[in-house]
Amino acid sequence: MIKSNSGIRKTDVINRRMFIVGAAKILVFVGIVARLFSLQINENKKYLTLSDKNRIREWKLPPTRGNIVDYFGNVIAGNLKVYQLHIIPEQVENFNYLLVRLKKLLNLSDKKIANINKLKSELKPWDSIIVSENLSWSQFVKINNYLYDLVGVKPVMTISRNYPFNDVYTHVLGYVSQPNEQEILDNQTIQERFVPGMKIGKLGLEKRLENHLIGTNAIQRYEVNAYGKRINQLEHQKGEQGSKIRLTVDTEIQKACGELLNEKAGSISVMDIYTGDIIAMYSSPSYNPNLFLFGISQDEWQLIRNNPLKPLINKTLSGLYSPGSTIKPIVALSALENKVINTKFKVKCTGKMELYGQTFHCWKEKGHGWVSLKNAMKQSCDTYFYEVARLLGVDRLNITAEKFGLGKKVLGDYFDNEKKGLFPNTKWKKNNLGKGWVLGETLITGIGQGYIQSTPLQLCMMTAQIANGGYAIKPKIIVDSNPVSYEDAKQSMESGLLFDTDSEVLIDKKLFKDKKNIKIIQEAMFASTNERFGTSYKSRIDDPKYQFVGKTGTAQVKRISKRERELDLELEQIPYKDRDHALYVAYGPYINPRYALSIIVEHGGSGSKAAAPIAKKLFKLIIDRHDLRNKQSNFERITV
Amino acid sequence: MFQHDRLSNEITLFQKMKNLDYILLISIILLSVLSVFVMYSTDGGEILFHTKNHFVKLAVFFPLMIFVAFFNIKFWHNFSYLIYFIVILLLIYVSFFGIKSSGSQRWMDLYLFVLQPSELMKVAIIMCLAKYYHRLKIENVNSFTSITIVLSIILIPIIFVISQPDLGTSILIALSGLIILWLGGVKIKYFIYSFITFLISLPFIISFLKPYQKLRILTFLDPDRDPLGAGYQIIQSKIAIGSGGLDGKGFLKGTQSYLDFLPEKHTDFIFTLFSEEFGFIGSVGLLILYSIIIFRILRIGSISRSNFARLFCFGYAFAIFIYIVVNLSMVLGLLPIVGSPLPIMSYGGSSMLATMIGFGIVLSAKINHKQMIA
Repeated sequence: MIKSNSGIRKTDVINRRMFIVGAAKILVFVGIVARLFSLQINENKKYLTLSDKNRIREWKLPPTRGNIVDYFGNVIAGNLKVYQLHIIPEQVENFNYLLVRLKKLLNLSDKKIANINKLKSELKPWDSIIVSENLSWSQFVKINNYLYDLVGVKPVMTISRNYPFNDVYTHVLGYVSQPNEQEILDNQTIQERFVPGMKIGKLGLEKRLENHLIGTNAIQRYEVNAYGKRINQLEHQKGEQGSKIRLTVDTEIQKACGELLNEKAGSISVMDIYTGDIIAMYSSPSYNPNLFLFGISQDEWQLIRNNPLKPLINKTLSGLYSPGSTIKPIVALSALENKVINTKFKVKCTGKMELYGQTFHCWKEKGHGWVSLKNAMKQSCDTYFYEVARLLGVDRLNITAEKFGLGKKVLGDYFDNEKKGLFPNTKWKKNNLGKGWVLGETLITGIGQGYIQSTPLQLCMMTAQIANGGYAIKPKIIVDSNPVSYEDAKQSMESGLLFDTDSEVLIDKKLFKDKKNIKIIQEAMFASTNERFGTSYKSRIDDPKYQFVGKTGTAQVKRISKRERELDLELEQIPYKDRDHALYVAYGPYINPRYALSIIVEHGGSGSKAAAPIAKKLFKLIIDRHDLRNKQSNFERITV
Repeated sequence: MFQHDRLSNEITLFQKMKNLDYILLISIILLSVLSVFVMYSTDGGEILFHTKNHFVKLAVFFPLMIFVAFFNIKFWHNFSYLIYFIVILLLIYVSFFGIKSSGSQRWMDLYLFVLQPSELMKVAIIMCLAKYYHRLKIENVNSFTSITIVLSIILIPIIFVISQPDLGTSILIALSGLIILWLGGVKIKYFIYSFITFLISLPFIISFLKPYQKLRILTFLDPDRDPLGAGYQIIQSKIAIGSGGLDGKGFLKGTQSYLDFLPEKHTDFIFTLFSEEFGFIGSVGLLILYSIIIFRILRIGSISRSNFARLFCFGYAFAIFIYIVVNLSMVLGLLPIVGSPLPIMSYGGSSMLATMIGFGIVLSAKINHKQMIA
């Protein structure tokens, strides 16, 4: 009984204590439920976000660059499908066997094989290795035929930049290539959109308009596992192609420029004299920008780099030349404007001029006799312009020349390789050379020699501004959102006011004091081309539709010694490097002029023989294209 | 008295079947079925190694549970000391000849499967102490001798387990033992005193911990101190559970586990996967299922005539409760990470074997609840 009594007491103790534990258990379970509630209900959003962050990775694809088209909408920088070959290491059964097979199929070099092996060890096994960036179609077909045997190989189609006209636009467009580290760091947009394999503009407009052309990345969202391996694709967000850029250039004329300068070093620029549209801008020789897309080979690069005609230099913008006699219209204009001379003013040319014991020669040894402005311009008499320059003085000449765009960049900041050139004055010499101006320097400045340096495009703009009646124009190469039509531009000029698209106000763009002076110069230039004994008379076109006027120039590259002057060598007898540069500036048609051009043939000899004939061939084409250009009006609105 | 004993000894198989606790049985079956599905999900929605093995183990151990249940509770009472002693021998064997894996030596190879004796100890210690208190006179419960004996019973296996090393299991063994002491009537003030002593000596205990164990405690206090290293498991577990939301991401759609962000998803973190896929509703449902099991065991204990059965049931119910609480608190970031499986759900043969044997003895207590034990 005692025992059973003790048993009952024991049971009581157990039950009582169990009750306490039971209550504690309920509390603990409630606590766990509360914790679950706080994680799963209250903080659900936070943890969902974290979970998505864990599992979703974004892959950016290279953006598609915008097209660049000419005035007529022809693509001059576009995109092309290219075939590539990728290897995905984790899918490969036998890597060495695969490499041996590929080496045979694609003729890969040992260096390339070593490079692939290196990439393989650096990348994650599921990251693809790009074996070839640009397979030819036949290689692509070959690979596809043997695909059953090439486990882990992936033929890929992708897009690459392409320049359909090859070397025609190289100096305008530049080219694209893989960016270096500094280029990525310097440009915020590139930095944001960069993906390996992407190419950026390295030169020219491709570089300048990078942020417009670049386009946005397509984005692929993948679900990845804890090790970063892609499990499946969730979403593909299309990228937007970069903006389309329309240029003012005409491919037909640009191409013709290239052909006319074939195997010569030089430059041709063609400009609309009212709108400032650049119709053509060719620097010769050029090179093929497509070579740079997939990395240029060392041999090809050396060939371009070591070419004595210097294809890498954009001669139109960076080439600095003495304008030679092409400056004479400006000298004459400046003298007229400053009332130093009038049309009746005459100088007797004896073939040379003596000044303080120094002899200044005219190109014609026998001399031109008594010459007026018109005759002096027509026959390009140096003596006349020595005298005019002497009377005018370099500082007054400098003011007129700078008004017409010499010594200033023509296209502003569009091309970072554009040079300013130089038109000297006394102050400049004092500041830069520390010496006083010498009168003799004024004389040679008057015939476009000496310190004076100009780019071909400056000479083209100078001529255009004489052609349009003496009004300032703003040259441009990109068609902007509201292009000014030729009629509007002409009308606003004739009313004496010009609408400035930058400041959006009407401003006076008159470059002359007296309109008659411009007319005198125009007539003198007419004589130079279209009257007997004119320096470019042989290159004239009589048909008024194509009739143009121009001024030749021959720029000395070295001082002509007395002995050489006596020898009077033929061009072929002089070493190439010592031959004169041939220049020609012109505009036309003479009635209702529309276009101006400048031609420079480096070491081409005299302007009348080497440069003016090119203008004759080109003008026919330019005028023939004029109607087409006029009809072209379907501008897409592009804001740059 | 004698006659009564004989009567209850002679209940037929049919009566045994009838006396089984069907609510408990159905709950265990439900849990087992659920565990197979969850295991199927950890295998990424395929019947692979873990799913197959887990199913095979259930197929073997569930009948074993019924088999255990059909032995009279008196039988288990009689063999309690022996079983405890055998498990101690196994622990000694393991500490010398056990299989080493990832720095600890806890397993023995039984050809068919690998046994972890420390898991068996979780049940054996309850049996042993239940028998001890069953036989101990209530007057002697707080005597020096009896306290010394029971503390030795608890400490001996713990020394072996802790030296494996396996902190998690030794804590669970200790708690399973202590609950019997509590139920047996050891004075409350002893518990309070030893708890205070424990708190005071905690810094010294920590200084004895292995570096990785210290790291776990530090990580628990601030999981973000090393999010890709030590804190990774707990952070990923919380993300998985938290992102499950009210109704979960759906069966086989738990991205955290499917994409391998969850470590140990088959074993200690099985609840994380379950909770990610079935959400708050599913998690609470699982807790309710466990609560039913615990409640049924407590009920069986309270209708048992013998104090052995009563102590065992109450102790075992508490043990199950503690396993769940420790595991859940761990995956929910409420406790430091100590390896502790979730009963039945987690992959692991020894844990399931021990749990099923425990259930079997509980069921035996139910069948023989009128059984008196001298």
